[in-house]
Amino acid sequence: MTRQNRRQFLRQSAALSAGAALGFPAISRAQSGPVKIGVLHPVTGFLAYSGNLCRLGAQIAIDEINSGGGIKSLGGARLQAILGDAQSKPEVGVSEVEKMNEQGVSAIVGAYASAICLATSQAAAKYSIPNVVDVGVADQIVERGLKNTFRFGPGYRTVAEAAINDLHILNTLAGKPASTVMIVHEESLFGTGTANLLASQLPGLGYRIVEVVKHANPTRDFSNIVLRMKALNPDILIPANYYNEYALLLRTMKQQNVAPKAIYSVLGGAASSFKFVKEFPDVANGVIDCNHWYNPKDKRALALRKKVEGMKDQFFTYEVFLNYQSVYLLADAIERAKSSRREAIIEALAHSTWDKHFMPYGPTKFVNGQNTGARPLVMQVLKGDISVVLPKEYRQADPVFPWKA
Amino acid sequence: MRELAAIGVLALAAALLPAFVSSGFVLNLAIMVLYSTLLGQAWNLLAGFGGQFSFGHALFFGTGAYASAALQVHLGVNAWLALPIAIACGAAAGALVGAVSFRYGLRGSYFALVTLAFAEVFRILANSVEFTGGGVGLLLPLKESAADMQFPGKAGFLYLILALTLAGFLGSWWLKHSRFGAWLAAVRDSEESAAALGVDVFRVKLAAIALSAALMSAAGVFYVQYFHYIDPHIAYGPAVSVEALLGPIVGGLGTVFGPLLGAAVLQLLGEITRNLAGDAPGVSLVVYGVALIGMVMFLPRGIAGLIARRSL
Amino acid sequence: MLDFPILFASLLNGLTQGAVYALVALGLTLIYGVLHIINFAHGALLMVALYGVFFLNARLGIDPYVALPVMVPAMFVLGYCLQRLVVGRAGHGKDENILLVTLGLAIVLENAALAAFKSDTRTIETAYTFSTVNLAGAMIAVPKVIAFFGALAVAALLLALISRTDLGRAIRAVAKERQGARIVGIDVEHVFAVSFGIGLACLGAAACFLLPAYYVNPQVGNGFVLIAFTIVVLGGMGSFAGALAGGFIVGVIESLGGLWLGESLGQIGIFLAFIAILLFRPQGLFGAGRRA
Repeated sequence: MTRQNRRQFLRQSAALSAGAALGFPAISRAQSGPVKIGVLHPVTGFLAYSGNLCRLGAQIAIDEINSGGGIKSLGGARLQAILGDAQSKPEVGVSEVEKMNEQGVSAIVGAYASAICLATSQAAAKYSIPNVVDVGVADQIVERGLKNTFRFGPGYRTVAEAAINDLHILNTLAGKPASTVMIVHEESLFGTGTANLLASQLPGLGYRIVEVVKHANPTRDFSNIVLRMKALNPDILIPANYYNEYALLLRTMKQQNVAPKAIYSVLGGAASSFKFVKEFPDVANGVIDCNHWYNPKDKRALALRKKVEGMKDQFFTYEVFLNYQSVYLLADAIERAKSSRREAIIEALAHSTWDKHFMPYGPTKFVNGQNTGARPLVMQVLKGDISVVLPKEYRQADPVFPWKA
Repeated sequence: MRELAAIGVLALAAALLPAFVSSGFVLNLAIMVLYSTLLGQAWNLLAGFGGQFSFGHALFFGTGAYASAALQVHLGVNAWLALPIAIACGAAAGALVGAVSFRYGLRGSYFALVTLAFAEVFRILANSVEFTGGGVGLLLPLKESAADMQFPGKAGFLYLILALTLAGFLGSWWLKHSRFGAWLAAVRDSEESAAALGVDVFRVKLAAIALSAALMSAAGVFYVQYFHYIDPHIAYGPAVSVEALLGPIVGGLGTVFGPLLGAAVLQLLGEITRNLAGDAPGVSLVVYGVALIGMVMFLPRGIAGLIARRSL
Repeated sequence: MLDFPILFASLLNGLTQGAVYALVALGLTLIYGVLHIINFAHGALLMVALYGVFFLNARLGIDPYVALPVMVPAMFVLGYCLQRLVVGRAGHGKDENILLVTLGLAIVLENAALAAFKSDTRTIETAYTFSTVNLAGAMIAVPKVIAFFGALAVAALLLALISRTDLGRAIRAVAKERQGARIVGIDVEHVFAVSFGIGLACLGAAACFLLPAYYVNPQVGNGFVLIAFTIVVLGGMGSFAGALAGGFIVGVIESLGGLWLGESLGQIGIFLAFIAILLFRPQGLFGAGRRA
């Protein structure tokens, strides 16, 4: 699939470059032929792990849609993935958007990281290319009034608020055993933003924040942070970091025998990761996470999970299913637009009420580009698997809170 | 003199580009080549002409970028007004680092490493300080107007970066042909001899680093205006420092056109490797890295050196 | 926060973490001391070594410490070949070119690893990954303690090599006076390659001691490059004792800095120390000329 794309691309790009250099307008916005979708993620550089999973999710969706008959309202037109690598840098992401524009993409899905998304959505806006932001949780992404930008999943403000709410529910149900909190977050956009929100709202609910620890990416050693934790003895640890640091933090805690009453993560990097659960079952056990998740009762989600886990060395992570759904969201919009024209797709997305997804969002509704129904779920690692514990309508298992008394 | 003519021709060609090309991709490529050239010119002023290699030029880039962004976001200052202030801040940072490093006689690898350390210190500080937005960074509000240095089309940005690189070219040309440039070259070749000849080595090096920093901070301002977002990693991280030194070394150290040649070749190389090597993550960059090593192996004096040799 | 048990444990953490840093820096300091090149590929090469240790464990079940006699010679050979065939050839003896070569090498290695092994973070499981040792109340992880003694051992071996063997003498000669060494008949290119090889062999050892408590992925080396440079300068470029001491000092500064200023801001201590040393004692603690 890739090779064919590449050969086609080489042929097209040769023609396109010649044409583009001379400034021929919109050569490839053909109504017939495949509908080109830009799939832009950081597949090299320090975000490579997540970027590759994102790409996987998008590609699976595109393949499924094509084998299911393509876009029916366009006579079965296939979706064609135009893959792009943002190299974990915003400026490269922008270059890729420019390239995708030349190649006549009808829309772009991407670019995972907030810093990159900020730049790529803007670049796409200059050409009115609809941009479905797959993950990028910074709220600024959908607060700039860009008409082309749509985010299917929640931003970190929604996640943080839901997290605080649900933590309070869990704590209250258990008789309020926990009152002190320690936040350990990564130093960049999502970690700092999330921590700020938590720190400002938790005290109002009666929690005392004993410490907020900010750490670098990467952090080579967590021994001292764990030492502080031992000294401060918080009831709840709230980590918000990327995979490697999260895993190292928890491993170090296990090593040092430091166990707070509960580990309640918000967008925890490894907390709802099947990879982490598989590799460190003892460490992961009992960890709670408020994060992107699928409706555990939806058969389509389970089918996709099975498919992905059947692939060699792949795990069913949020990068995968958020991208998978973003592509389907887009496909639905293209169906209803009955066109591969960019403006038509933007129109269709703006009015989307798509509900044929397996996320716990209800029917889609975009306000200023944010899907208002988007929300995280709260999961807990129990018995070697990740189960949804809140809210009740998605519950798979009863929460164990506190994990230790 | 021929060099000035060549600069003029190149500038004209670049200025006319938007009239003949409407492809956003090509215009973006031209802008990125010029941006990369500017980074290289700034570094080259100090390293190529002045002989002081810096591994932490991002320090000046980030200072310029943050100064401009912070002024706009926190104080509502107009971008055009913020530009000279940001450049002044950058030059001040350069003077500070220079004063400290040169006063203590740091040279060669020691100087290179101390600049790296300074850049890291600023990066760590930027993560923790309010006015840089900390880890969250600063996002410029979208205002598509030339009055706010956020041009609606690419042409505006092209002219802006062209103006800045023109300043860089003229600065480099001036260094090659002026008395100050001669002093700087003397310092580069041998500080002791230059001192013996009566050159105020410290002052000369200080001026060079301030000039270099000023140009670099202008690049930082451009980055923020074009991409709208800055955070500590982008501003002070190693990526910009590396990009600044790659171009001139590949293109030819201490030459007027080296940074442009290097920037153009590297951008082209990046595009070619990405198109040829396909979509498997990492493969295109492996080819890029190999090509880089190859270029150094076979063109030890850079591309300008190759051209110079040919024309002898 | 400043009560003694915390401080003591933090100090020990710093020392053991610093030992790992020292292992990485030992190789770098030799490479700088002899070849006078700042090896930007050092982090990427550490990553290569870590993958070596990982696959030996994952595919052949070899314990990382048992892998030492495999990794160290293997990395030596890799280093020798790299210097002989790539770095030496492409460098043409010019600083800026060698810089570019090591940069290019870093790009190649990181992305080759990405293409070959994918971006997933890999960890190994050993019996002692979660064990700790109780040192006067402080719980220190076993792999860290082993790394501590490993660093001492490697440094001692290197010191013995450099001061007591003919090869060591040749290396010292080349480091001090390249042309002179050539004149007295020392094969300078060979010594360069051997030095580079030994530098990488140290990385092989570092990887064996590091992986049990850490992980590997294509970008993992990047986190160690700056710290390694800091230590090399702190200890004195070319000094093994300096790299060892420097490693411990940097580790402790990092630890205590984190305790006082928070983990993120605390990193500043390392670089402020770096700047201070460069300004006030650039030859480092143990001086540039003295290696013993």
